Amino acid sequence: MSFIPQILFAIALILGIGYFTRNVKKLIRNIKLGQDVDVSDNRPQRWRNMAMIALGQSKMVKRPIAGFLHVIVYVGFVIINIEVLEIIIDGLTGKHRIFSSAGKIYDILIGSFEVLAFLVLVAVIIFWLRRNVIKLKRFLSAEMKDWPKSDGNIILYFEMVLMSLFLTMNGTDLQLQLNGVEAYHTAGSFPISQFLLPLFDGLSNATLIIIERTAWWFHILGILVFLNYLYFSKHLHILLAFPNTFYGKLKPKGQFENLEAVTKEVKMMMDPDADPFAAAPEGAEDDVPAKFGVSDVQDLSWVNLLNAYTCTECGRCTSECPANQTGKKLSPRKIMMDTRDRLEEVGKNIDANNGEFKDDGKQLLGDYITNEELWACTTCNACVEACPVSIDPLNIIMQMRQYLVMEQSAAPMELNNMMTNIENNGAPWPYNQQDRLNWKDE
Amino acid sequence: MSELLKVPTMAEFMAEGKQPDVLFWVGSAGSYDDRAKKITKAFVKILNKAQVNFAVLGTEESSTGDVAKRAGNEFLFQMQALMNIELLNAYEVKRIVTCDPHSFNCLKNEYPSLGGNYEVMHHTQFLKELIDSNKIEIKDNNYKGKRITFHDPCYLGRANSEYDAPRDVLAILNANMQEMKRSKASALCCGAGGAQMFKEPEKGNMDINELRTQDALKTNPDIIATGCPYCMTMMSDGVKAKEKEAEVEVMDIAELIANAQDL
Repeated sequence: MSFIPQILFAIALILGIGYFTRNVKKLIRNIKLGQDVDVSDNRPQRWRNMAMIALGQSKMVKRPIAGFLHVIVYVGFVIINIEVLEIIIDGLTGKHRIFSSAGKIYDILIGSFEVLAFLVLVAVIIFWLRRNVIKLKRFLSAEMKDWPKSDGNIILYFEMVLMSLFLTMNGTDLQLQLNGVEAYHTAGSFPISQFLLPLFDGLSNATLIIIERTAWWFHILGILVFLNYLYFSKHLHILLAFPNTFYGKLKPKGQFENLEAVTKEVKMMMDPDADPFAAAPEGAEDDVPAKFGVSDVQDLSWVNLLNAYTCTECGRCTSECPANQTGKKLSPRKIMMDTRDRLEEVGKNIDANNGEFKDDGKQLLGDYITNEELWACTTCNACVEACPVSIDPLNIIMQMRQYLVMEQSAAPMELNNMMTNIENNGAPWPYNQQDRLNWKDE
Repeated sequence: MSELLKVPTMAEFMAEGKQPDVLFWVGSAGSYDDRAKKITKAFVKILNKAQVNFAVLGTEESSTGDVAKRAGNEFLFQMQALMNIELLNAYEVKRIVTCDPHSFNCLKNEYPSLGGNYEVMHHTQFLKELIDSNKIEIKDNNYKGKRITFHDPCYLGRANSEYDAPRDVLAILNANMQEMKRSKASALCCGAGGAQMFKEPEKGNMDINELRTQDALKTNPDIIATGCPYCMTMMSDGVKAKEKEAEVEVMDIAELIANAQDL
C-alpha cells in the first residue's frame, strides 16, 4: 500500500516528461523546416555570447527595473530547481528531504531557496502590476490582445502559485518538525515560511500533514504542468534563449548576407564570354533556387525559425522601432509572432497530413505580414540591438522585401524609380554619371 | 574658393603611373545632393590642407548598390557591386574613405564576399587619424563653448559599433558637447535608412525625422552634428519643420572641422 504514492509519482513524472519530450521533438522538426545556414564559425565567440547574454543576462539589465526583476526570477528558478531534484528523489523513493543529511549546507540551501522564492513572488507580482495596473505601453500594442495577453498573465499566475505552494509546504513542514511528528525530522532553515506559522495555529497534526502533502504534490505537479505549458506559450525562451544567443549573428549588424544564387546569375550576365544559349550544365537545374527571397516560413533559415520560437514578446524591439514609435504599422515583435504562428500552423498541417505539408492557400507574406509593414522599416537595427536574446527581426523583413522586389516587382513606385535611376546612370537620382565630379568646380 | 580644391582622379594617378594613399569614395549623395556636396567639399579642403595623397574615381564612380540592396533588389546591388569591384581592383585600391556611412558599411562589409577587399574608413575615423598624427591642428575656433549634440548615424553606430571616432573628433573643438537622451547604441534613426530616403513614409502619426529632431532640440543645441548625408537631409528638414533653422544649424563633422581650421 505504501508504494502507491511512489507509483503515482513515477507515472506523473513519466507523463509529464514524456509529453514534453514529444512536443520538443515537434518543435525541433518545425525549426528544421527552415533552410540550412552555416553557423559553424567562431564557436568560442558563440559560447561567450551565450554565457554573457543568456546566462549572464547582460542585455536584460539595459532596462534596469525590468532587468533587475527578471534576474531575480531567473536566478530564483534556476536555483530552486535544485530543490526540485530533491523533491523528485523523495517522490520516487518515498523518503522525506533526502538531502538533509548534508546538515548545515542543507540549512543554507533551503534558507536561500526560501529567500529566493519570496523575492520571485514579489518580482512576479510587480510584473503583473506592470501589465495589468500600470499598463505599460509595450504590453498593450495591437499584437498583444487575446492569447498573447492571457499567455503573459497565465505564466505569472503559475509562478505565483508555485512559489506560494513551495512556501506553504515548507511552513507546514516546519510546524510538523516543531510538533515532533516522526516523519518530519528536523531539517532545513525557514527564514521566510516561519512567518506563516501563526496561520497554522491550532491545526491538528493530521490536518497539517494533509496541507503539507497537498502543497508538496501540487507544487511538483504544477512544475510538470508548467513544463508542458512552455510549448504552447511564449515562455519557451527560458530554454531557447541559450541556443538562440549561441546561434545569433556575429558579423557587424550592418552586414546583410549576399545571396549566392544571385551572385551566380549576375556573374553569368556580366561575363562577356558566356553563351546565353548554351545548355545548362548537368545538375545546374538544382542550383537555381525556386525563388528569391521569402514568402513563407519554409523559405526562412532555421535560425530565423528558432528566433521566432525564442521570442517571449517582451516588446523591447517594438518600443525602440522608429517606425512603430511614429505610428506606422510595423512592429518587429509582430514579425516574430507572425513567423511563429505561421510556423505552428504549418507544423499542425504536417501533423494532420501524415507528415506531408498540404498547401493551405496561405503564406506568411500577405496572410500574416503585410507589405505596408515591410516597407516601413528603416533597417536601423534598433530592434536587433534591443533584443535581450539576440533575435533578428530585420533579417526576416529584408528577406521578405527581396521576395517582393525580385519575385513580384512589388516595390513602391518611388523605389522602382530609384532603382531604374541606378540601373541607367549609377545613382539613385536621375543625374548623368558624367556629372559626378561637377561639385569640384561649383 | 572652389579653384583651390585639388581633386585628382584615379585615372590621372594611373596615367602618371602613381598610386594614391587613399581613395575618397564620394558616393551618390556627396556627388549630386546640393547640401551633401558641401560636406564633400569641406572634407576635400581638409584633405588638401593635411596634404593627404588621395584620389576620387570621378565619373567612373557609380552607386555602391547599398540602397538597392536595402530596398530588396539583390540583383541590382550585386551588379553595381561587381562593376565597382572590377574597377577598384583594376586600380589596385587598398584603402577607401567615405563621408557616407551607408557606402562605408556596404564597401566594408558587403563587398568582401564578392571579391572586393579594402580597408574602409568613415571620414570621422579618417579625421581622427589625421588629428592623432597632428595633421589637423585646431586652436581657437568659433565653436568653442557652443552647444553641440551629435546624432549617431545607424550605419556607423549600431551597424558598425563606431561611436567614439565622431565624438573624439568633435572633442578638439572644445565645444560644449551635449548627448541626446538616446544616443550611441540606443540612438533613434533619422528615418532615411533602408531606402526610406527615396519614398514617402507609410501612414503614421508623425515623421521619424521630426521625432529625432525633437530628441536633438531637447539638448538645446546651437548645432546638431552628424556624419551622414542622409541624416543631414532628415535633420535639416526636421529643424525646418520645427521652425528652428534660425537658431539651430545642422552640420557635418567634416564641415565643423573645416570651418574650425578657417578653410
